[in-house]
Amino acid sequence: MAMDISFVVNGKRVNIYGNPTARLLDALRDYCGLTGVKEGCGEGECGACSVLVDGKLVNSCIYPIAKVEGKEVLTIEGFRGTEKYEVLKESFEAAGAVQCGFCSPGMLMAAESLLRENPKPDEVQVREAISGNLCRCTGYNTIVEAVLDASIRGEGLW
Amino acid sequence: MKEVNKSIPKKEGLGLSFGKPAYTDDLAPRDSLIVKVLRSPFAFARIKDIRTEAAEKLEGIKCVLTYRNVPRNIVTRAGQGYPEPSPHDKFIFDKYVRYIGDEVAAVAAENEAAALEALKLIEVDYEILEPVLDYEKAVDHPSVIHPEKEAHEMFPIGYKPERNIAAEYHMSFGDMEEALDKCEYVVTERYYTQAQNHTAMETHTSLAYVDLQGRLTIVSSTQTPFHARRIAAEALGLPIEQIRVIKPRIGGGYGGKQSLHGEFITALTALRTGRPAKLVYTREEVFEASYTRHPMRIDVTIGADRDANIKAIDMKVLSNTGAYGEHALTVFMVAGSKTLPLYNKAEAVSFGGTVVYTNTTPAGAFRGYGAIQGNFALESTIDILAENIGIDPMEFRTRNMIKEGESSPVFRIMGEGTEGVDMVMESCKLDYCMKRAMELSGWKDKSKRRRQNGKKIKGIGGAIAMQGSGIPCIDMGSAVLKLNDGGFFNLMIGATDIGTGSDTILAQIAAETLGVSTDKIAVYSSDTDLTPFDCGAYASSTTYVSGNAVQKAAMKMKAQIEAAAADRLGLLTEESEFDGEAIWAKDRSKSISLKELSTELYYSYKQKQLLVCGSYCGEISPPPFMAGFAEIEIDIETGKIDLVDYTAVVDCGVTINPKLALIQVEGGLVQGIGMTLYEDVKRTEEGRLLTNDFIKYKIPTRKEINKLTVEFAESYEPTGPHGAKSVGEIGIDTPPAAIANAIYNAVGVRFTKLPITPEDVLLALKKKAFDMD
Ligand code: FES
Ligand code: FES
Repeated sequence: MAMDISFVVNGKRVNIYGNPTARLLDALRDYCGLTGVKEGCGEGECGACSVLVDGKLVNSCIYPIAKVEGKEVLTIEGFRGTEKYEVLKESFEAAGAVQCGFCSPGMLMAAESLLRENPKPDEVQVREAISGNLCRCTGYNTIVEAVLDASIRGEGLW
Repeated sequence: MKEVNKSIPKKEGLGLSFGKPAYTDDLAPRDSLIVKVLRSPFAFARIKDIRTEAAEKLEGIKCVLTYRNVPRNIVTRAGQGYPEPSPHDKFIFDKYVRYIGDEVAAVAAENEAAALEALKLIEVDYEILEPVLDYEKAVDHPSVIHPEKEAHEMFPIGYKPERNIAAEYHMSFGDMEEALDKCEYVVTERYYTQAQNHTAMETHTSLAYVDLQGRLTIVSSTQTPFHARRIAAEALGLPIEQIRVIKPRIGGGYGGKQSLHGEFITALTALRTGRPAKLVYTREEVFEASYTRHPMRIDVTIGADRDANIKAIDMKVLSNTGAYGEHALTVFMVAGSKTLPLYNKAEAVSFGGTVVYTNTTPAGAFRGYGAIQGNFALESTIDILAENIGIDPMEFRTRNMIKEGESSPVFRIMGEGTEGVDMVMESCKLDYCMKRAMELSGWKDKSKRRRQNGKKIKGIGGAIAMQGSGIPCIDMGSAVLKLNDGGFFNLMIGATDIGTGSDTILAQIAAETLGVSTDKIAVYSSDTDLTPFDCGAYASSTTYVSGNAVQKAAMKMKAQIEAAAADRLGLLTEESEFDGEAIWAKDRSKSISLKELSTELYYSYKQKQLLVCGSYCGEISPPPFMAGFAEIEIDIETGKIDLVDYTAVVDCGVTINPKLALIQVEGGLVQGIGMTLYEDVKRTEEGRLLTNDFIKYKIPTRKEINKLTVEFAESYEPTGPHGAKSVGEIGIDTPPAAIANAIYNAVGVRFTKLPITPEDVLLALKKKAFDMD
């Protein structure tokens, strides 16, 4: 049964009247027009659809919208424009960590989530933290390098 | 060199990580109809009857397509040049379904829920037929997979559908018997390589709409927009001038998007309904109904004389193309044509075999394209032979491998589906790659010592590889370069950036040739209406083929600029010289800046547009080379294989953009490592796919990949744009053999079948211990 669901996306309130089991991914892409959130598998296995819900990293493809009621969602579009985003983006670019780019928005959100919890991760922690995000283009090394680089250059931000 | 051999960030990198709308699905209008496909639940069946009335009546359903109401034109979806070396054996929909996942019908609806509901309402009566699932039993099987009379080859490829043979080929030179007789050491071994899924993160997506002029526009995640236009016209029975294909950003291709998937269906829907229609494959559909790598059985015999000179190589291949023959002949031929020349001094070489149809997911192009399969067989056998001879395998390779200035008869004999072209290796730094990779990996010390630490044993192994740079004499790329007022340029290229960064690389080549900086070049690519022809992104062709086209265009542009400036300055054309900023008289007496000249050209002095076109079709296909070394650690209690380090030293000529080249190699290595250790397409006895998600089909994550050490040899290919060769595929080729050789080095067990899983290792270790007792 459809119901009213209200939550905040990137600082803006969103009210949806819809099926509570609908996927957060579809609400973000189709309803809010936030195409930075990508669908790579629809099964919670690739991380392309990663967003933050109340600061926690979730796969929006297996997250029913009923669960975001009253919560705050941050997508790449909302993260964009922050100082932390700039640092991460520059590090990704400098390391050459963006190939086809399809995994990149999810990867950046996973990196942000890691750095929020652990501003000075070591290599093993970075590998662990983003092991839920698949990338088929790169050898991952450049991505790990980028996150480590961001944690150094962005010292004090997280 | 100012603008090449320089790691300029990708032109669109920023936009992508921003998450801006860029990929096909992002660009679909909000009112697009959602297309869903009904897929066969049987591996082989004939549709006796299909009833769609209930589905058509459902609210929100705009269109239902089956074999009854679509054009019946037989094509190949392979996405190759014309005439294709693949058999024409595919209808949009057919009465026969040939694998679990084959298309039965499609529906288009206002929303996904209605589309899915409608699929359930379509009633199909099937006559279930005996499927052919074991490719070693496919030839002359009682079931004929392609009985339709329309199926045909475009030129002789050994096509015998009545025997389930999609292609056949044999070649040989020298006297094999005599050569083997002279050999002190002969090794024969049989290898099996498995199906592998591309798993590009963006699933296959296509969007179609009818534009304001009434023309059909297809926006698609395709690697080959121009081939897609031609093939769509053929399948739909539409004049080609009615179709425009646009490739926006693509979320990974690796060969999987060379062919057409979904374009016919969205196009028909748009034409019938007048509405935009999109089809986004689910991940399960990608696994089930796109493509895999061709599984192969490869028998190799190599003979060497007592001085460790390779005298004879024989390779026999049985390849499985699945339900349709896309890339059947060419992938199989590359298993030989891009491995055998590595050992070019053999007196006798023979290669041949058969490609068969089976009732499984079709196989198609996949990075490496046969070379990875052939390399596993050849380079594993080289190690076995070296051990028999009692020579270090790297010394054995170095003694026998191809060197700069040399050639191989294989180049002339074997092309891709046709005869090949003669070529001499003008750049081949394989000897350097080998030496350097040995140094970096610590081969000398590590290979000789048993390195056991409790339950863990380390091993090291290596392999060499080659690939090509485009398909010579067939595939063409072209570029249009336009000067704008203010002195900047538009580069229009048909070339298809599939995430590789080729837009950036081609802009760098243009900039280097013109002498301007890369940010003066705005690139537009892959739109069949607006950009000139290009074969597309496959066969490692973009940097070399399209790059040469860009270089030619840029040289013409430079000449036109110099001529226009000479006219303006009152000089003879030969007396003017463009330095990237300004055009000077050679004696430096006068000059005009490009900015000034171009603005005058468009507004105030002898006004005219400067616009040039360059096109290029290679006469040869200079191979990139590499040496790859794997260091692994095996846990003898669990059989787990950890990849400790992978060293790759690559000769791809001049790296136009070292960072982008590096990711190409690293990405290739990881896919090759995945194929060696984890990735396997598994089916039930009925042919139903088991590995249809990322839980069951494991691709390497960040945790599995430890150290990758990649270096480039200093090399210059005289026929390449600014010295470059290709780099897109070469990285994938060595991991299977290198890792198998490393496992042998560690525990003395030889694996000849991929993937090599912990269970296989444990079983083999147990068997070995038992045999020794
Ligand atoms: S799309 Fe959500 S995890 Fe893959
Ligand atoms: S850059 Fe293509 S999937 Fe990560």
